[in-house]
Amino acid sequence: MVKYTLRRLIQAVPTLFGITILSYMLMYFAPGGPVAALTFGPNVPQYEKERQAAKLGLNDPLPIQYLRWLLGDDWMRWDSDGDGVSDSSFLLPLDANGDGEPEPPGDRSGIIRGDFGRSFFYRRPVQSMIGDRVAATLELGATSLILGMALGVPIGILAAVRKSGWFDNLTRIFAVIFNAIPVFWLGLILILVFGSVLQVLPMGGRCDSRILVGGCPPLWGRIEYLLLPTFVLATGWIAVISRYMRASMLDVMSQDYMRTAHSKGLASRVVWFKHGARNAAIPLATFLGPAITGLLSGAAITETIFSWPGLGRFAVEAVTAQDYPVVMAVVIIGAVATILGYVLSDILYAVIDPRIRFD
Amino acid sequence: MATNVARLEMVQEEKRVGQSLTALAVRRLKRDRLTLIALAVITFLLLFSFLGAPILSQSLGVSPTRTQTEKTFLLPFMTENYPHVLGTDDLGRDHLSRLLYAGQVSLSVGALAALLSLSIGVTVGIITGYYGGVIDDVVNWIIATLNSIPSLFLLLIVAAVLRPSPQTLIIILGFLGWTGTTRLVRGETLSLREREYIVSARAVGASPIRIMFSHILPNLFSIIIISLALDIGGIILVEAALSFLGLGILPPTPSWGNMLSNAQTFFTKGPYLVIAPGLMIFVTVLCMYVIGDGLRDAFDPTAKD
Repeated sequence: MVKYTLRRLIQAVPTLFGITILSYMLMYFAPGGPVAALTFGPNVPQYEKERQAAKLGLNDPLPIQYLRWLLGDDWMRWDSDGDGVSDSSFLLPLDANGDGEPEPPGDRSGIIRGDFGRSFFYRRPVQSMIGDRVAATLELGATSLILGMALGVPIGILAAVRKSGWFDNLTRIFAVIFNAIPVFWLGLILILVFGSVLQVLPMGGRCDSRILVGGCPPLWGRIEYLLLPTFVLATGWIAVISRYMRASMLDVMSQDYMRTAHSKGLASRVVWFKHGARNAAIPLATFLGPAITGLLSGAAITETIFSWPGLGRFAVEAVTAQDYPVVMAVVIIGAVATILGYVLSDILYAVIDPRIRFD
Repeated sequence: MATNVARLEMVQEEKRVGQSLTALAVRRLKRDRLTLIALAVITFLLLFSFLGAPILSQSLGVSPTRTQTEKTFLLPFMTENYPHVLGTDDLGRDHLSRLLYAGQVSLSVGALAALLSLSIGVTVGIITGYYGGVIDDVVNWIIATLNSIPSLFLLLIVAAVLRPSPQTLIIILGFLGWTGTTRLVRGETLSLREREYIVSARAVGASPIRIMFSHILPNLFSIIIISLALDIGGIILVEAALSFLGLGILPPTPSWGNMLSNAQTFFTKGPYLVIAPGLMIFVTVLCMYVIGDGLRDAFDPTAKD
């Protein structure tokens, strides 16, 4: 199994490589850019802009720039005797601008070591801002996925057991409706009803915005903030999981062991839930990978509507502000999470279902 | 003579059966009331947006872009607010005519982007399925890469690079949505290319292009038309989401998505502005999904009549 995991992870490397190239190229050709962001204002002279560009290494060839972003540049030009002046270099000339003085040593460690550069907008390392946002997104994602499972699985089982009954038809209609309903509209309507008209739930945020020090209190102290966004994100899950569970359950119900269980005289309830549902739930493990992609995409919209300080809203704001280091960081983190999700769901699938072998 | 007649009858019989997948589908569709209703609603929405909007502007003298400072936030369905049937927004623009012009934008962006994504998806799918080998590997790698980035994030960065306009939006949505169709078409082509009629076409010296596009493509008709219906629905949702986030269709051009984001800004003053644009998106997407499902059932060769 370790071998299988390793092989899957190695297979993911070319994909990850493709993602870094794709996102770097997009960032490279995007309007704005680091010099424009750092030298904002009409009075910045041209030579200052050129100095900044040279300092950021923007005059180097594109592949070098990409490598610097990916792997850092502390191995491209460094100071081996500790006198503060760089004396060794690899791939880069020591004296790039030709003034007789060597350039300062490289100080970037690259995204591969978690250095996503500095935000143009906040003027802080992206690294230091991402942690809280990931936590906020995970909080919302986990609660909505749990709610989706907790409601979707039983609904799917009941719909399969009473196939073509009124409950089955009702859930089918609801599944189609919740697939077609725009999440942002659903969110807005809920805010309108519960936040504005009835005034029973807050209109947005992760906790009371008047709390300035120490961040948000633990989860149970601010459940009311979590209710609406969780519900909005969960509707999609409930629709998908219940349909999937229903199909899987129908599959299981025609198996021989189900007939055997029935004919031994076991109560139907026991047969359905103990013999049927357990086996029918196995394919749900394959959901994890796509679930992560879906959670992150859905989170961008839901977080924006509910002013939830998560990764998705961070990305939307960064795109609007042309803050590319942040955009890149979010895209890379999202992609890594997705790939790991796919690998994890394959492994989980094989662990839960002993019929599936690794080789 | 008698045998010839019998053979002729047999040939005709076969012909009737042979034609029947499309004919059968049409016959099934005619009986599928839900799909017919969805088709009728979509036709109505199209007529209403493209013909209704200019007629409305002409006859009632309302405009989707003219601002009226003295007539902001007029309530809908009030006789004293005539001719603004659905009221006005924060700038005093007529809500109903904005809704219809937004419909023109959203529906055409959805349809054109779906067509673009479908043409790319089908072409790439046929080529990779037919040739296989290195081309297939490369395309699969590209698809795996694109699918590993949460789709909305990818759309966000591309939308940031290309400043959004309806045209660029069609291109973005078209170029990023083809992977699903490619997979479907590739799988189908893989099985079709081993069929006897393809082998015989190759034996008589038909060029690969001819085989791919005049022998394989017609057999993909049902997949293509089902994907088109589902894609239009999906793309309208994505366009609305992007416009809602301020990265799709930008004001003053109305789209259902950016009307909603405007409505969120003026939530307390004009809560009624939230209802209509969302309802339009919902109804359109619901109808497209119902039509797609109906087509799938109608074209299903294993289904019993």
